[in-house]
Amino acid sequence: MSKEILTTQDLHLYYGEKEALKGINLNFEAKGITALIGPSGCGKSTYLRTLNRMNDLIPNVTITGTIKFKGQNLYAPSADTVQIRKEIGMVFQQPNPFPFSIYDNVIYGLRIAGEKNKEKLDAVVEKSLRQAAVWDEVKDHLHESALALSGGQQQRVCIARVLAVSPEIILLDEPTSALDPVSSSQIETTLLNLRHDYTIITVTHNLQQASRIADRTAFFMNGELVEVDQTKNIFMNPAEKQTEDYISGRFG
Amino acid sequence: MRRLFDDELAELDADFTEMGMLVSEVVQQAVDAFMNRDAVAAQKLIDHDHEINQREIALEQKTFEMIALYQPVTTDLREIVTILKAVSELERAADHARNVAHSAIKFGSKQKIPVLEQLIGEMSQITTQMIREVLAAYVNKDDHAARELAEVDRKLDQLNHQIRADSYQQMRMDPAFETGASIYLNVAQDLSRIGDYVTNVCEWIVYRKSGQIVELNPANSDSPN
Repeated sequence: MSKEILTTQDLHLYYGEKEALKGINLNFEAKGITALIGPSGCGKSTYLRTLNRMNDLIPNVTITGTIKFKGQNLYAPSADTVQIRKEIGMVFQQPNPFPFSIYDNVIYGLRIAGEKNKEKLDAVVEKSLRQAAVWDEVKDHLHESALALSGGQQQRVCIARVLAVSPEIILLDEPTSALDPVSSSQIETTLLNLRHDYTIITVTHNLQQASRIADRTAFFMNGELVEVDQTKNIFMNPAEKQTEDYISGRFG
Repeated sequence: MRRLFDDELAELDADFTEMGMLVSEVVQQAVDAFMNRDAVAAQKLIDHDHEINQREIALEQKTFEMIALYQPVTTDLREIVTILKAVSELERAADHARNVAHSAIKFGSKQKIPVLEQLIGEMSQITTQMIREVLAAYVNKDDHAARELAEVDRKLDQLNHQIRADSYQQMRMDPAFETGASIYLNVAQDLSRIGDYVTNVCEWIVYRKSGQIVELNPANSDSPN
């Protein structure tokens, strides 16, 4: 059994007076894919964003409880959010390439960090795009605008951009909900390949996607973690009736 | 929230139960035809066997369709799988009822052997009872009843063994009994098989409730009978 890389203990999050997360206890071992599912407004995306401090940007948010990445408190006053977001990367619902070339998109993080070695940058671009399973499609157009790519290709370039800074954890917030089934399937294949090397946590509304790719599935409802288990158990024999009702489409 | 799936599942469930009742009737008619040596009733049953096969196919097609269109999970999936598996067990049970009908015709006016006649009567009674009760357990989603019913199957196996021993003894005593005794053997074997298929349905009833695949058939378990 591999060691836990990320732990959350009694995590509460308030938007002003409203309690959006009501004491989440959820841990992640290194490597593999965990899917977070639940009806809209259940807190799954809010939870995902706490894992690399994206909620810091929202005014009036209060967070209590503990999130530890490799034993270090993410919300300690000394924590460096730039470093955190390098180690815990995020891919969003809408593909959001920068209005630069594909090449410049991928090396964006490294360039910010001051890397200038052309050979090294070239190597990272190829490696990241290969890992994101988009290299063959874009290798002859690296210096063309990333905005000219299809949605599915843009999303894989965004994944490559996250991979380029060598994260340990990749967070994805509904990464395929803006994509057609073929592009979605390519992203799923990409994630399945990446799960051997990275800890992947993905929010999805697509239950079949969770059942296809996730090793573990966590079901959220009303700001609470109802159940987390091996995906097979969640989809075949969940312990909680709420889980069963949600995934068999009785509500939500 | 009531889903379209629930309506279709209810319909599938009703169709399965109806097929179960039909198989139960066929088994009853088959043993009656044998006990009364009623060749006309036996032939009628044989002529209608294809109706049960058609129902099996229709139910299977419907379950495939529902799996493809609704992609059921958890209890929904178990309900569908239970029907898909149990429908084959019922169809096979009906095949053995048809064999019993064939035996009724084949026996014709040969001399009955009272001791075997009585044992077959006992087996018939247990088999028809089992198949009625398995349907009740299915409809009531009663996994306890299903487990208890599987125990009854042991009695059927014991009777089958006894008929086997007694038949061979009759054959040794008087070779003239040979054909008749071998028909009793076949009927006992067919009834025993029907009991096994009922027990398999019991296993699926337990699965539907618990998600556990269990072995209830004494003949298939590792422990001695």
